[in-house]
Amino acid sequence: MNFLSLFVLLPLLTLAGLWLSKNLKQVHAVAVTGASALLILTVYLTVDFLLQRAAGNTAEMLYTASVMWFEPLNIHYAVGVDGISVSMLLLTSIILFTGVFASWTIVDQAKEYYMWFLLLTLGVYGFFISIDLFTMFMFYEVALIPMYLLIGLWGSGGKEYAAMKLTLMLMGGSAFLMIGIIGIYLNSAPEGGELTMNLLEISKVLIPMEVQRWLFPLVFIGFGVLGAMFPFHTWSPDGHASAPTAVSMLHAGVLMKLGGYGCFRVAIYLMPEAANELAWIFLTLTGISVVYGAFGAILQKDLKYINAYSSVSHCGLVLFAILMLNQTAMTGAIMQMLSHGLMTALFFALIGMIYGRTHTRNIDEMSGLMKVMPFLAVCYVIAGLASLGLPGLSGFVAEMTVFVGSWEHTDMFHRVFTVVACCSIVITAVYILRVVGKILYGEVENKHHLELGDAVWHERIPVVILIVVIAAIGMYPLLVSDMISDSLVSVIGQLAR
Amino acid sequence: MDFNSILTLLRPELSLLAIIIILLIYDLFAGNTAKKYFQPLAWVLLAAHTVWSFCLTPEGTLFGGMFATTQAASLVKAILSLATLIVFLQAGGALAKAESSFKTGEFYVLTLSTLFGMNIMISSGHFLMFYLGLETASIPLACLVAFDKYKQNSAEAAAKYILNAALSSGILVYGLSFIYGTCGTLYFANVPSLLDMTVLQVAGIVMFLAGMGFKISLVPFHMWTPDVYQGAPTSVTAYLSVVSKGAAAFALMTVLFKVFAPMAAVWQDLLYGIIIVTITLANLFAIRQKDIKRFFAYSSISQAGYVVLGIMAGTAEGMTAMIYYILVYILSNLAAFGVISTVENHTGRVNIDQYNGLYSTNPRMAFVMMLALFSLGGIPPFAGFFSKFFIFTSAAASGYYVLVFIALVNTIISLYYYLLVVKAMFINKTDAPAPHFRSEKALVFSLAICVAGIIFAGVASCLYGGIGQFTFGM
Repeated sequence: MNFLSLFVLLPLLTLAGLWLSKNLKQVHAVAVTGASALLILTVYLTVDFLLQRAAGNTAEMLYTASVMWFEPLNIHYAVGVDGISVSMLLLTSIILFTGVFASWTIVDQAKEYYMWFLLLTLGVYGFFISIDLFTMFMFYEVALIPMYLLIGLWGSGGKEYAAMKLTLMLMGGSAFLMIGIIGIYLNSAPEGGELTMNLLEISKVLIPMEVQRWLFPLVFIGFGVLGAMFPFHTWSPDGHASAPTAVSMLHAGVLMKLGGYGCFRVAIYLMPEAANELAWIFLTLTGISVVYGAFGAILQKDLKYINAYSSVSHCGLVLFAILMLNQTAMTGAIMQMLSHGLMTALFFALIGMIYGRTHTRNIDEMSGLMKVMPFLAVCYVIAGLASLGLPGLSGFVAEMTVFVGSWEHTDMFHRVFTVVACCSIVITAVYILRVVGKILYGEVENKHHLELGDAVWHERIPVVILIVVIAAIGMYPLLVSDMISDSLVSVIGQLAR
Repeated sequence: MDFNSILTLLRPELSLLAIIIILLIYDLFAGNTAKKYFQPLAWVLLAAHTVWSFCLTPEGTLFGGMFATTQAASLVKAILSLATLIVFLQAGGALAKAESSFKTGEFYVLTLSTLFGMNIMISSGHFLMFYLGLETASIPLACLVAFDKYKQNSAEAAAKYILNAALSSGILVYGLSFIYGTCGTLYFANVPSLLDMTVLQVAGIVMFLAGMGFKISLVPFHMWTPDVYQGAPTSVTAYLSVVSKGAAAFALMTVLFKVFAPMAAVWQDLLYGIIIVTITLANLFAIRQKDIKRFFAYSSISQAGYVVLGIMAGTAEGMTAMIYYILVYILSNLAAFGVISTVENHTGRVNIDQYNGLYSTNPRMAFVMMLALFSLGGIPPFAGFFSKFFIFTSAAASGYYVLVFIALVNTIISLYYYLLVVKAMFINKTDAPAPHFRSEKALVFSLAICVAGIIFAGVASCLYGGIGQFTFGM
């Protein structure tokens, strides 16, 4: 059995364990055990991956394995990872582990909650380890559907509307994706021979240009919906605002990264010629995402909406950087995925904890929380600073790399968009500092808030872990950036072919 | 043609006939105590027949070409008898009621007779034989629809069904007369070489398609479906929606591939339009439904559109995908109908908003229903995802990208209304959820078969590969 298949098997085992558990205590125990096992496994994978690379293993994908699944269509269950998937797996495990603790206060149907939560992560893990289009797409959809029940059952506010909107928009995206994948599959052997779904094999094939021209937009839009690309981002604010804390964390932190990863791994890697030709269209759209999301965040009063729009802006930057189609910007894009995943998870975790105490997310109804809950407030400030790109935290590293990479293009079009996207950093500073100033500093206006307590142990664990990782990436980015940048060589090679 | 080959090739039909006769006689002569064992006897006999059917009969013709069977046809027969078995296991609760219990024997014999008719229709080698099978299947179904004749709904549904069936059969036979007029023969083996695209032949195909469209309930020939599905007893509705539809779709494909292959351009254009309106209209109507059986009527119309998509491809892959789709559809739909019928029997609830809060009182039933809906909506890792993917791939491989795209957009619409039911059961709050009830063992067993199918029929690739061995293209 392949080592990577553990990433599918362990969530399955955890699901079975949850199903058998009888009370809340057992549910928590099983969930924590499963999440820790996955975290340990991912750390082991990362170390082993780095060691193998250091030992001179230059294969494009490591730990590859392929088992025939549907023989008539030559569909395999094929897995393998490169530096980019490893960093994504690491992100997923961290968010899962912290998310389990962030959901500690859910007691209503906790067993079902954790089961859907684990099913969602199973889809995410499966997606990141797959190198076969069919299994990749299957896991992608497995990750989408639990969102409906997670938001609909355990969410807040206009949850039913938000859940339906999110599910249908994302599934709409996957309709584009499905026809795109079928199209790629049917054109994977233009000179005769056996059709294939294997990413590595298709990447060696030149898909006819006239086919690429219509497949590329389909696939890019399909994944772009999940990456919150303008104008398909509208599910994101509603969905994130209504979802329970840990689901927002996982969704903004990891699930939206599926979009960026897919755009990069399927659309650009397999159809580089069309990417070169059509990048400008999507660059325009993602440029709008970046600025529009930031402006949207300024106008919001609900903490979760602010963060959701901020996610639209940051995830827009991921796609924006990927479309710059050079190594520096793409490294920045993957770094931004990691960085945004971590800090947005931190944000949502903190917002959930603040909401759990004040029972409001409206920034007008809160003030002076620094005096009442200093731990949470300080962490919120740190998250805010990471978000606006303070040097020393992960946000700075990612955004710096992105803009350096974008600036490598010397033509007018790219320069203009780079400058416009850069402006979003200033806007980010506006909405972050405004919120921090409004709710954390000043006098406590609502007297009831004076009686609120600070974070307890199961709230401190996720927050501390996330901050440590954010700072670690900020202080020593080479830890991951080398791994990412090495793996991009083959993609850059594709683009230049 | 010797006696031995009759025994081999006609084996499924003969054993079905034997079961019908045994049950008929048993029902007639059994005393009150022996009557208790009637249903278990029927289940055991049909189960044995189903298992035996999966040992497929070889390819061959009988009676001078009137009867022609292929391995694919014999596989479909086996799948249909499995579906019938599941329907029977689910029917027990409704038949136990005082107003129906004395008609138990009739229910089983009539249902098996329609299955017999469908078997004949599937492996006919001559249009008259085909028509004979079709009618043998239709007429007992009308009786079954009217089974609860004391209910106005049921009687009305039966009247609608018999009138529509008669009309569609008339149109179909009229179309066949054109084919006979221009070709001078009705043998499947001889017609293809005589087809030359004359106006009369084109009219013949159009009428044939219209007639079959009624049976499969494709738009615009679907008008009877919602009323009949709503009025008929739930187990009959289940039977109509899976067995009757699956058999008709497969028979249509056999005839189109075997007989009308030279005129593929004509029927492919026709089906192109029919598929688009079928899937789209049925989905739009399904959104508005309040009654769960009407809801599933429209859902099954749209599913029929996807089934026909497999015919469009005209290849062996398309045929494999279609048989696989029918199998998965049967399992998913019967899981849903099992829940509908047990909820109806124990609580009398048939409206979707009466399903509110079902998960809080009957979590298992709600869970099975959710699996069935997810499978119908094409959500992985359930079987429906795989069957949809394969049918889309086969249609796209024949170049119908636009059609596949329209069908895909429609899966999103269908997902919306399937989620509405999930929402009712899991999310909506209500003061009066359906009370907790215990279902009959047979029904629970049938649901277990369906759930196992929904979960494993997709992931276990051997099933799809196995079907692929027996199929053929144009």
